[in-house]
Amino acid sequence: MKSNCNNIELILHHQKKNQTKKHKKMKKLLLIATLILSFQIFATAQVLKGSDTMLPLSQKLAEQYMKANKGKTVTVNGGGSGVGIAALVDNTTDIAMASRRIKFAEKQKMQETGRTSKEVIVAYDALAVVVNPANQVTNLTREQLEGIFTGKITNWKQVGGADLKIIVYSRETSSGTYEFFKESVLKNKNYMNGIMSMPATGAIIQSISQTKGAIGYVGLAYLNSSVKAIHVSYDKGKTYVAPSVANAKNKTYPIVRPLFYYYDIKLEKKVKPYIDYVLSSEGQAIVSKVGYIPVK
Amino acid sequence: MKKIRRFIGRFVEGMLTISGMVTTVTILLIVIFLFKEGAGIFKSPVIEDGYHLYVNAENPVKSISSYDIKQIFDVEIDNWKELNGINEEIMVFRFDDIFNLYAEEEFGENYKLLPQKLAEVIQNNKNIVAYLPKQYAPKNMVGVKEIETKNISFFDFFGGKEWMPTSKPAAQFGVLPLILGTILVSLVAILIALPLGLGVAIYLSELANEKIRHYLKFTIELLAGIPSVVYGFFGLVVLVPIVQRVFHLDVGETAFTGSLLLAIMALPTIITVSEDAMKNTPKALREGSLALGATKWQTIYRVVIPSSISGISAAVVLGIGRAIGETMAVLMVTGNAAIMPPTLFQPVRTIPATIAAELGEAPAGGTHYQALFLLGCILFLITMVISITAELISKKPQNSGL
Repeated sequence: MKSNCNNIELILHHQKKNQTKKHKKMKKLLLIATLILSFQIFATAQVLKGSDTMLPLSQKLAEQYMKANKGKTVTVNGGGSGVGIAALVDNTTDIAMASRRIKFAEKQKMQETGRTSKEVIVAYDALAVVVNPANQVTNLTREQLEGIFTGKITNWKQVGGADLKIIVYSRETSSGTYEFFKESVLKNKNYMNGIMSMPATGAIIQSISQTKGAIGYVGLAYLNSSVKAIHVSYDKGKTYVAPSVANAKNKTYPIVRPLFYYYDIKLEKKVKPYIDYVLSSEGQAIVSKVGYIPVK
Repeated sequence: MKKIRRFIGRFVEGMLTISGMVTTVTILLIVIFLFKEGAGIFKSPVIEDGYHLYVNAENPVKSISSYDIKQIFDVEIDNWKELNGINEEIMVFRFDDIFNLYAEEEFGENYKLLPQKLAEVIQNNKNIVAYLPKQYAPKNMVGVKEIETKNISFFDFFGGKEWMPTSKPAAQFGVLPLILGTILVSLVAILIALPLGLGVAIYLSELANEKIRHYLKFTIELLAGIPSVVYGFFGLVVLVPIVQRVFHLDVGETAFTGSLLLAIMALPTIITVSEDAMKNTPKALREGSLALGATKWQTIYRVVIPSSISGISAAVVLGIGRAIGETMAVLMVTGNAAIMPPTLFQPVRTIPATIAAELGEAPAGGTHYQALFLLGCILFLITMVISITAELISKKPQNSGL
C-alpha cells in the first residue's frame, strides 16, 4: 500500500512540473479567492441539521432569510432528528432540527459536555389518517386505530364499513413520523408484524388511492383529493374531528406534534437573528405556506 | 523521442498495475469491513444498549427471552403466569413514566434522587417490569432485581421470524423473512425473464433481418439505461394496479409485482449477453449442421445453444445478480412487509430494500446498524454462491452438448 501511495505522489509531482507557470499563478489566485470566501462564509454561516420532515420548511425559511439579509448564510442539512441532535452534542451544528422532543439521554449527554440546549417550537405538524375515497368509513376512535395498526382489527366491517380486508400502510421504521404515530396513536405498542411500509409519503398516497381497503397516515400538508381523511376521536367516540389547519390550530384535532429547533444557549447570539426571523410573522407565513401550522 | 515513448509505455504499465492492485485491495477491504461491522451484532445485548430491565425482588422470574420482552411491552403477554411466575397481571413501566409520577424538582440536583424514586416505584409494585437506563438504575437497592439478559444469538438472528429493528426495549432482528423474500422475488423474476430473454436473443441472432435487428437492439439497449427509480415508479403506478385487477387481489404490491418488474429490468442484460454468445457460434459449426440436412430449428437448439451455453449462463448470472441486488424498484412495488411469504401474491420485504430504507437513520455503530451490515454480508454470500455456480457451469467443455 505504502509503495503505491509513493508512486501516486511521484506521478502527481510529475504532472505538477509539467504545468506551466501561468497555470500555477491562476491556481494560486483561485485558491486564495476560495480561502477568503470560505472564511467569510464561516464567519457568519449557520448550520442546521436534523429532521427530514423539517427539511423543506427550513430550506424555504433559510432561503427567504438569506434574501432578506444579504451576506448571511444558512446551510440546511437533513439526516433525521437523531442525527441532528447528535450533531448538536458534538458541536458540529448550530441548530438541530427535531420532529420529536429531545430525549432524556441526549439532554444528559449535552450536559456532560458542559452545555445546555435550548428548545424553540417553530411550527406544528398534524398527521392525518387516510383511506381510499371509496371507503364508507369516516369516523374512527383512537382505540380503533390502535386495533387496526397493531393487527387486532383486520376487516372494515368490524368498524362499520364494508366486508373488506384492511390493508395497513406505514412509513419506514426510521422515519420520525413513524415514531410519533406509534407514540400518539398506538401508545408505544409495536405496529403489527408484516405492515406494508413505504419509503415516502408520496408512495403511501399513491398506494392508498389505488387500493380499496387501504389505510395509512400522512402529514397534513400532503392531503389531497385522491385519498379520504378520517375524522379522529381521542375521547372514545364523543367528538370526531377532521384534520385541518384550523382544527390543529385550535387544538381540537389530537394527532399534532410540535417541530423543534435546539441550540446551545452559549451560541444564542449567533443564532438569534435567524430564529427571530422564523418566529416573526413573515417567517410564520412561510410556515403556513409550506403546509405546517404556525405557532402563533 | 524514443526515450519519451518508452517512458510513457512504462508509465502506463505502472498505472495499470497500480489500478489493478488498488481495485483488488479495495474490494478486499470492503468485504473485511462488511464482515467486521456485521459480526458485532452477536456481541450486542438483546436489550437496547445502556438499558436494563428491573423487577420486584419477590418476582421469581429470572430471565426473559428477547421475543417475550417484546410481547410483554406490546401487552400480548399480560400475566406473569405465562413466564412461569406468579399469577398476577404485568405492569409495564417505562423510564419516562417516572416524570409523570413526580415533579422535576423532586429529583434533586443533577437527578441525584432519581434512582431512589425508581426503586420506590419498583418496591411498591410487585407485578412491575421496568425498562430503565443503567445510569439511573436503582442498583444494589433492596427489593429490586435486575433481569438477566443475553446477547443476540445466532439463532435469534437467522431463525427469527420478526424484523422490528426499532422496537423497544427489545428490537427483533429475525432475517428469515427477508432472506426468503429476496430469494423468492429474484427466483421468480429469473424464471419469467429467462425464457423471454432467450427467445428474444434467438430471434435476434438467428431469425431477424438486419433492419429489425438494428431497431430492436437499439430499443433493448435503451431499456438498460433507464434508472431503476424510474422503473420503480412505473411499477407502482402501472404494474401494481394491473396485478391487483388481473389476479383479484386485496393489494397490488406483491412479490409477483416485484418479480415482474425485475424481470423487465433483467431482460436487456440477458438478451444482449446471450445474443452476443449465439452470434459468436463458429460459422463452420452452423453451416456444418445445415449441410448435414438439419433444419434451422434443429441447428438452433442442437448446435447454436449448446455451443454458446457458457455465454447464456453468464447472462443468467448477470440477470440474477441484477435482480438480487436491485433496491429502489423493489422498494417501491413489493410493499416491504417483513412476513414469511406464504404465496407469491403477498407483500414481501427484500434485503436490499431493507438496507436502503433503514441505514440512513440507524445510529452509527448501534445494533440496528450492525444488523444491516450483516444483511449486506448475507447478500454478498448469496451472490458469491451464484457466481461460483456459474463459473462451474461455464467451465464445462464447449462441445460437450454436441
